[in-house]
Amino acid sequence: MSEGRRVRPGIVLLLLSGVLLGLLFLAGCGGGEESTTTSAPAEPKPQELVLMTHDSFAVSEGVLEDFTAETGINVRVLQAGDAGTMLNQAILTKDNPLADVLYGVDNTFLSRALAENLFMPHTSPLMDTVPVELQLDPEYRVTPIDYGDVCLNYDKEAFGASGPPVPESLRDLTTPAYKNMLVVEDPSTSSPGLAFLLATIAEFGEAGDYTWQDFWRDLNANGVLVVSGWEEAYYSDFSGGSGAGDRPLVVSYASSPPAEVIFSETPLTEAPTGVITQGAFRQIEFAGILAGTEYPTWAGRLLDFLLSTRFQEDMPLNMFVFPANSQAKLPEAFVKYTTVPESPLTLDPQAIDANRERWIEEWARIVLG
Amino acid sequence: MGVPTFFLLLFFVYPLLRILWTSLTPGAHLDLAPFAEVFRRPTLRAAAWFTLWQAVISTALTLLAGLPGAYVFARFDFPGRSVLRAVITVPFVLPAVVVGSAFLVLLGPAGPLGVDLRRTVWAILIAHVFYNYAVVLRTVGGLWAHLDPRLEDAARVLGAGRWRIFREVTLPLLRPALAAAASIVFLFTFTSFGVILILGGLRYATLEVEIYRQTTSFLNLPLAGALSVLQLVGVSAILFVYSRYQERRAVEQTLRPARETARRPRTPGEYLLVFGTLGFTGLLLGTPLFVLVERSFRTSAGYGLTFYRALADTQGSALFVPPVVAVRNSLVFALAAMALALVIGLMAATVVAYMRGAVSRWFDVLLMLPLGTSAVTIGLGFILAFDRPIDLRTSPVLIPLAHALVAVPFVVRTAAPVMRSVKGSLREAAAVLGAAPARVWREVDLPLVTRSALVGAGFAFAISLGEFGATAFIARPDTPTLPVAIYRLLGQPGSLNLGRAMAMNTILMVTTALAILLIERFRVVEESEF
Repeated sequence: MSEGRRVRPGIVLLLLSGVLLGLLFLAGCGGGEESTTTSAPAEPKPQELVLMTHDSFAVSEGVLEDFTAETGINVRVLQAGDAGTMLNQAILTKDNPLADVLYGVDNTFLSRALAENLFMPHTSPLMDTVPVELQLDPEYRVTPIDYGDVCLNYDKEAFGASGPPVPESLRDLTTPAYKNMLVVEDPSTSSPGLAFLLATIAEFGEAGDYTWQDFWRDLNANGVLVVSGWEEAYYSDFSGGSGAGDRPLVVSYASSPPAEVIFSETPLTEAPTGVITQGAFRQIEFAGILAGTEYPTWAGRLLDFLLSTRFQEDMPLNMFVFPANSQAKLPEAFVKYTTVPESPLTLDPQAIDANRERWIEEWARIVLG
Repeated sequence: MGVPTFFLLLFFVYPLLRILWTSLTPGAHLDLAPFAEVFRRPTLRAAAWFTLWQAVISTALTLLAGLPGAYVFARFDFPGRSVLRAVITVPFVLPAVVVGSAFLVLLGPAGPLGVDLRRTVWAILIAHVFYNYAVVLRTVGGLWAHLDPRLEDAARVLGAGRWRIFREVTLPLLRPALAAAASIVFLFTFTSFGVILILGGLRYATLEVEIYRQTTSFLNLPLAGALSVLQLVGVSAILFVYSRYQERRAVEQTLRPARETARRPRTPGEYLLVFGTLGFTGLLLGTPLFVLVERSFRTSAGYGLTFYRALADTQGSALFVPPVVAVRNSLVFALAAMALALVIGLMAATVVAYMRGAVSRWFDVLLMLPLGTSAVTIGLGFILAFDRPIDLRTSPVLIPLAHALVAVPFVVRTAAPVMRSVKGSLREAAAVLGAAPARVWREVDLPLVTRSALVGAGFAFAISLGEFGATAFIARPDTPTLPVAIYRLLGQPGSLNLGRAMAMNTILMVTTALAILLIERFRVVEESEF
């Protein structure tokens, strides 16, 4: 068998494929400009609108169908990975967006999303139902849809009668009574982990005689455990509720105790875990009309629908977040089994965007000791 | 060569170049500053070094642990052999978050070892062996089963000791399969992600972890791009060396049908070997699997089916679909990915096995690269690459395509060593006797290659069944696969969620084992005497 005869067609095909690849590459990189036409005054009505969101999105059957019944437009939900991956996709495709509406960018990523000019302004008629402290963009390029408070959860069995009192502040965590009791998530890989770091920065500040760095140094000396994600922290290291670990304090959400009751194997009359409202950080999730959409008016209708009581009252039990629309009624479990922090900590989204990397790097140096 | 090359260029090289180009040209022209950044930051330098050394050690340990198993499964016939071989593949598909939870228990202070290995490099290495054991067992065992035992018998008659026979006869003949298994395990552990995060804690990070961090937490695509390039260069260099070595070392030999070489153990020593090896395998793979299965049945009122029954209750939301639906979605994607990987992989394996020279070497490297490329990077590349002329960016078609990309190397690596070992003289004899090239391939190569191609197909199927990253990239809430459903369940607190996730995980394990058994039962042509 002659080897030479076999190689030659291979080389030819390789070269041909290379040329094809080059052409594709040029077509892909060069072509962006011509497609940016301004939308005609009479906007056509689409058959379908695409709602881009992250992988935690969930909605009951029949809810989005109500939007279809109202407008005749189907809603296709596109889950584009976790929040960071979703935002990357939205930024990379902003000239030819994957969707009409994006839902799920939070206050830690908001500044970056706005700087990339992803969204077009839209003032929802329902905006006056939304508390002012949730409205972070004065130009209304994004609309707040939900919020959730990242806070410490505690195992009720480990405190009170059988142990030390429930800690009341972040500072308490550095005292010997709570040695080796806390598990937190890595802010560089976990969203609640980042929220907790931001809470400590908001609480203790960057200057003064006790900074957030001092707090973390003390926390580290007091045996804080850092793990990469919420699933491990909660299920493998936390001792309360469905957790199987040995640490009675964990960074989780204010909505976790109701979830423990609702998703309990045996019916419960009381949540096995509680929340510590001090030192909570508020995550607010926004939605916006993607600037490249062909159907801005109808996309606006979808955005309004997300803020309507129909969608807002369905949200809590699906995504375990709180509705931004103050007229939406909370499910009973959310009233009975948890406490919403009255004055959660926040930081300016611009400050978060500008300092996130530096803060996380400094934090890593401290906890790695 | 045309089809596989075209496939790789279109679905791998092109999207990869698009995303790297976009990442590295933030201001419309090429910016090399991120590369300097990579070398400036001690954490990134440390990640690069850790990536390399943990992959080398993981590969060596997996080979060491897997070789006795490969031998026992290839050469001895014992009851339950094919079922066990299927079960051994199960770890391969399990989500890292689930496996991680089992290891955190087993390697914790209350575990059977009695020492706390959590968040140490040991935990990472053990988990890597757990995940990749099947690769060695099946790739090496696949060739071992076909080695002519008469060669070893001859050496024995000539007075060689057991060890000497292994070193001087068996090992050289096995080398192509050993190298193939080593290269796959190396790439898998080189790009390890979930295991590192969960079992390594804060102290350990691979380049893959850093790429993910830079991409999703910091939205720093330039730096992620530079890290991806570094990862690609490292992987390519190692693969290129491997490919040269491979070519020089291939030995042509007479292969025997597997059923001819396997027999029941006879001497007490052989029984000891078989039971010892099975015991070790049971300990290494069986314990974590058992922990996971046990948990899916353990309810507050003793053992029961509560969580399995609860799977039927979908709580009226799209958060969750009935398990049958998730199983069906997974199977559909896996079948498509397997078919695609088999067609492309076998064509590519033929090229790799029979061609010599630089083109063939580069082709071989290109084939393997998808295994060594960051999943986030290639995922974003897909989103950039397929918007024109047809917008495929959110199409479910991309899922089996992405899976096939990762599965092709398995088909190539399991089939090529066997193909290479087929004596050229057999093929020439057939040609001299007047057989057309197609007939030579069908009647000489195909029967020999079927068995190993089925091993590759099994891996392709398993890869697709367990894959999460690419699937989650363009998922629709109403069509989750099994791993996606497991992740969703674990996203909320509550004993019912944890229990249902474990039940779903057991279903994934059973589905995998059954599928692998079925694939292995399948015969294209009856193995004949050769």
